[in-house]
This record gives sequence, C-alpha cells and structure tokens, in this order.
Amino acid sequence: MTDALLTVEGLSLGFRGDGGFAHILDGANMTMKRGEIMGLVGESGCGKTTLASAILGVLPRHALEVRGGRIRFDGIDMLDAGQAAQQQAVRGRRVTFIPQDPFTSLNPVFTIGQQIEELMKWKSPRRPVGPSRAPTLLTPYPRARRRADREKIMEMLNLVQLPRPEQLLKKYPHEVSGGQRQRLMIAMALLPDPDLIIADEPTTALDVTIQAQILGLLRNLANDRGVAVMLTTHDLGSAYEICDRITVMYAGQDVEAAPVAEFFNRPTHPYTAKLLASLPEGGGGMTGIPGELPSFYAPPPGCRFQTRCDRATEACRIRPAPDLAGPAHVVRCAHPLFQTTPATPLKEVQA
Amino acid sequence: MRRLEIILSRLVWFIPTLFGLVFVVFFISNVIPTDPARIIAGENATEAQVQALRAEMGLDQPLYVQFGRYVADLATGDLGKSLYTQRAISEDLLHRLPATLELTMAAMVVAIGLGVPLGVISAVKRNSMIDQTLRVLSVSGLAVASFWLAMELQMYFSTKLGWTPLNGRIAGWGPEEITGFYLLDSLLTGDWASFWDTLHHMLLPAITLALPAAATLVRFTRAGVLEVINSNFVLYERAMGFPTTLITWKYVLRNALISTVTQIGLIFGSLFAGAVVVEAVFDWPGLGTYAVQSILQSDTKAILGFSIIVGVVFIGVNLLVDIIHTFIDPRTLK
Repeated sequence: MTDALLTVEGLSLGFRGDGGFAHILDGANMTMKRGEIMGLVGESGCGKTTLASAILGVLPRHALEVRGGRIRFDGIDMLDAGQAAQQQAVRGRRVTFIPQDPFTSLNPVFTIGQQIEELMKWKSPRRPVGPSRAPTLLTPYPRARRRADREKIMEMLNLVQLPRPEQLLKKYPHEVSGGQRQRLMIAMALLPDPDLIIADEPTTALDVTIQAQILGLLRNLANDRGVAVMLTTHDLGSAYEICDRITVMYAGQDVEAAPVAEFFNRPTHPYTAKLLASLPEGGGGMTGIPGELPSFYAPPPGCRFQTRCDRATEACRIRPAPDLAGPAHVVRCAHPLFQTTPATPLKEVQA
Repeated sequence: MRRLEIILSRLVWFIPTLFGLVFVVFFISNVIPTDPARIIAGENATEAQVQALRAEMGLDQPLYVQFGRYVADLATGDLGKSLYTQRAISEDLLHRLPATLELTMAAMVVAIGLGVPLGVISAVKRNSMIDQTLRVLSVSGLAVASFWLAMELQMYFSTKLGWTPLNGRIAGWGPEEITGFYLLDSLLTGDWASFWDTLHHMLLPAITLALPAAATLVRFTRAGVLEVINSNFVLYERAMGFPTTLITWKYVLRNALISTVTQIGLIFGSLFAGAVVVEAVFDWPGLGTYAVQSILQSDTKAILGFSIIVGVVFIGVNLLVDIIHTFIDPRTLK
C-alpha cells in the first residue's frame, strides 16, 4: 500500500435536485499504484465519470453534497477546500485529463498552438513551483522556458504521430479531425510530465477503427514514462487490451477489483460475471442483465446490485466488507462465486 | 481571403439596403400632412404665390417623380436644402455628425466598460446577492426613460452639486477644428484645457445615453457567459488546473463576446438614434438637436436627411460587426 498514488476511500456524494438527493457515489473505493493502468469499468450511469470528475475537482459545485470519504493523491486531500491551492497546482501538472469528447473539449476560438502554449505556460514541468507574483492575466511566459517548452511540444506531437505539427499548431480545433484531436489531447495530457492521467472514456466519441490506435498509443506512451492511467470505459474489450488492473463499479459502488487476468478468468462478483457474460460472442449470442439500475433517489440499502442479482438474500441489505478472492483480488459480495477470505482491514495496513 | 469575400458580399448589400431605407423613409415622411411650400411662403402669401412656390420646389409633381428626383440627387450626395437654415442639408448634417458620433462613442465606451464586466461577474456569481442586485438594476436601467434620467442627473450633479456643466458641448469656441471630434482635435493640437472641458461636458449626456445600453449588455453578456461556462472546453480547462481568472476573463469571455458583439452593433445604432432625446435635453449641438428642430419646423427634407444618415451609420456599424466577427470567431471563416 505504500506505493499507492491515488486512493479513494468510502466516497459518498450526490446532488440535490428537484427530485430530492441523488446519491450517485455510495462508499466508492479505489486504489491506484504508480505506473499502472487501471480500468474503471461499468455501465453508463455507474458513477465512473462522477468519480473521475471528483478527482479532477470539476463536479458542479452548487448542487454537490459530499457525505463522506476521501480522495488522496500523494498525500494531498483532493476534496478539502483548505487545500485548494495545492489541488490547483497538482491538476494539469501531476494529474492530467483526457476528456471523453475531443470535439468539444478544445476552445473553438483559439488556435491549437495557443491552447497548448497556455497549458505549458502554467503547467510545464520546467515551470518553477510556487505561485507567481504577477496578476494572473499579466503573468509573463519567460522566453527561455517558452523555447524549451516549444521543443517539447514538437517532440510530443511527433510521438503521438500527428503529421506536420508546425501547421497543426496554427489551426483551429474545427479544422482538425476527431482522431487527430484525441491524439492532441493525449499529447496535452503527457506534456506536463504527470504521475497520473485520468482518461474518461477517451475513445467513445471516435470511429471504431481509430479507437484501438488511440488506446494503443496511450498505453505505450504511459508505459514508457511510467505514468499511471485511470481509464474509465464501458468497453470490457479495450479494458482487457490495455489495462493492468480493473475495478468494476455498479451504481456508484465498487464491487470488484482485480488484476486483468484474474478478472477475466475468475470473476467473483455476480455482477462482474454477468457483465462478462453479456459480451457479444463469436456465435452471435448475446445475453443482457435483466432489470435496470436502481434509482439514485431511493437506492436499496447495502449492495446496490441486489435488485438484479439472482443470489441476493437478506444479507445483501448491508454493504459487504471487502474480501480477497485471490492475491490483490478484492470483491465485495455476501455470496461470491468463488471462495474468499476476509481482506485485512484498510486501517491496519496504513498503520 | 475568405474574410475579404465576406466583407465584399456585405458591401454589395449596402446599396440595396440603403435604397430600401430611402424608399421607406421618403414615403413615410410624405404621409405627414404638411405643406413645406405654404410654410416657406408665410402666412400672408396668396394661393397663387404658394402654387408658384410649389411648382418651383417640384412639389406639384406626382410622388414617384419626386422620389426619382430625390434619389438622383442623393446619388450625387445632394440631400436638398433646408427650409430654415437655407444651407445644403448634407453640409448641416456633416457639420453636426462628429458631435453626435463623439457622444455616441463615448456612451458606447462607458456602456461596454460597465456592461461587459458586470455581466461576467453576474454570471460567475449567479444567484448571489450581486447577481440579483445587478439583474434588478439592469431591468430598471432598461425601463428608465432617458429624458427623465437626463433631467434627474442634471438636477443633481449640475444644479445641486455644481460638479458638471448643465448643457452644451464645451465652454467657448472649442479647439481648432480638424476632424470635428473635439476630444481628438484637442489632443491633436495639444489643447488640454479644451480636452478636459469637452470631457467634463460630455460626462452626463454620455452616462445618460450609456446606462440603458449598459443594462442590455449586462444581460447579454451574462446569458452568453452562462452558456459558455458549462461547455466541455471550460470543464477541460478547469480539470487541467488553469487559473480560474484566466478561464473566466480570457477563455469564457472570448466565446461569450461573439454574441455580445452582435448586440453591441445593434446598441450602437439605437444609441445613435437615442441621442436625439439626450441631445435635446443637454442642448448638445449634434444631429439630434438638428432633427428635433427640423421636426418642429416641418422641415421634411432635413428629417429625411437625418434618417438616412442614421441608417448609413447603422448599416456601417453592422458591417463593422461582421468584420469583427471574422476576427473573434474563426469558425465564420470556414
């Protein structure tokens, strides 16, 4: 546990709305080690993006209500308002972001070059730490550093295989294709030399043919640099291709986390098993999971999968503690498909 | 190149638009039952004298002939002669145009300087006390009649406090005339006394004119910023830890300004026309006072000339807005 880069512990949050309190994340847990690629998997609406947004600090603040839990990135509490300055310094520098939709995630009225330069002006690894004294809008971009950054930018654009980078920087986002834009987002995520990249379904908006290329590129570049990647996806196939470890979420709860081989060979939570069984097979057979996600306004107590689970009993009305189904294979289920042993409680590990 | 194309295509439309304007204004002004010939001839003139004058002025011709002649004259820049000043209307208007343009531009500067930042603040702090206050103020700013506001300001700042001149454009003769814009002329000639005096005189009328415009801008900027603030690229910039001030005042505002600039164009036109009332109250020697006098004296051609010049300025400003658009929104060049 000492090499944990990012930990999410018992995170519970939701939004106040007209229909009451929507309890989106209910005791969500997640751990990431340095340099690993972790897939955060689940159906649409399971809270993957909310969790990613919480780490990045971009949840809509006016309706947000955090009911408990912590997000720690390398010793920094990412939810504590008292550490806002550290969080701001970390974001974009040590934790970067690859958005879901590269079409709308670049500012339409500035050139690509202007936007990359702005990123590097504030988030370059060559930027001295500490706040600058000049007012934000007048902060200079020292010439020497600008030149060094520029070199790195060109290098990186080559690495992500963007043709003719010089011309590309002069273009506006709408003049560039979706695949190229996502390569650009990857470049921008890598340029600040981060420890962690949060990639929120980075390929869903792209053509299937390009998806594999983009994911392969991301994996190679992240591995070369020892950057950890948290990849949220609903596509188990691509998670299998590029991830070291997978965490499955269901309706705002983590249900199972395992190394990728373990995960596909011995799915232990009934939800995971059903999720894997619902993958389309070569023969053309397809099975879904009957039922729907529970309402976030009135979720069932305990394990949220109980409403769709054929193994559910009274015991499921209390959230199961984490058990081990194998080395580093954590599952939270009262009726697991394989034998489990209670995991060492988290607190003792930390002590 | 694409920019030039856009500008040219707008310019091509300039003539037909202007023609439409002249057409409408000409016939409307002829609906008014006045007889310029009788006014000029005076109360004691005989019917025969009036008829002779009518023939001389071409007023006995059918309306379409009069219109044809007017347009033909207009093409050479001739707007006819004023019944009262007995000078060419074009000369009168051109002589007074700088005063009005100067006032309108000053009002525009105040309106933008006030409206845009307040709109941004209102949006960023939406539903806060500041936002609520600004929203109430901007609605009332729109509802206030400018002549009432003008007189209130005069009564308080000029009469009671004595801080500002009551009316006029400058005390004395003004700076040596080069462009007719006093601020510019006094700067060019280094005449600082005139510069400050002009500014001093301009303060109240400019503010009167600017307040409703600022109110409109607050509302439009607020709406624009709110629309942009939830877009994905702002989320991306926030997730990447860009400084909040930078995101708001550079990246969000630049996008929000696209719709605000359109509004600024329309506002400039309405300010120019709205100057009529404000100029009358402050006795500002611009187009507005000229228009008021012309109306009171049934000087049809002078009113026509005034309407056309307002129209030309309006069309010109909108052309300018289209050009500015190509600079702030690269997508228009696609």
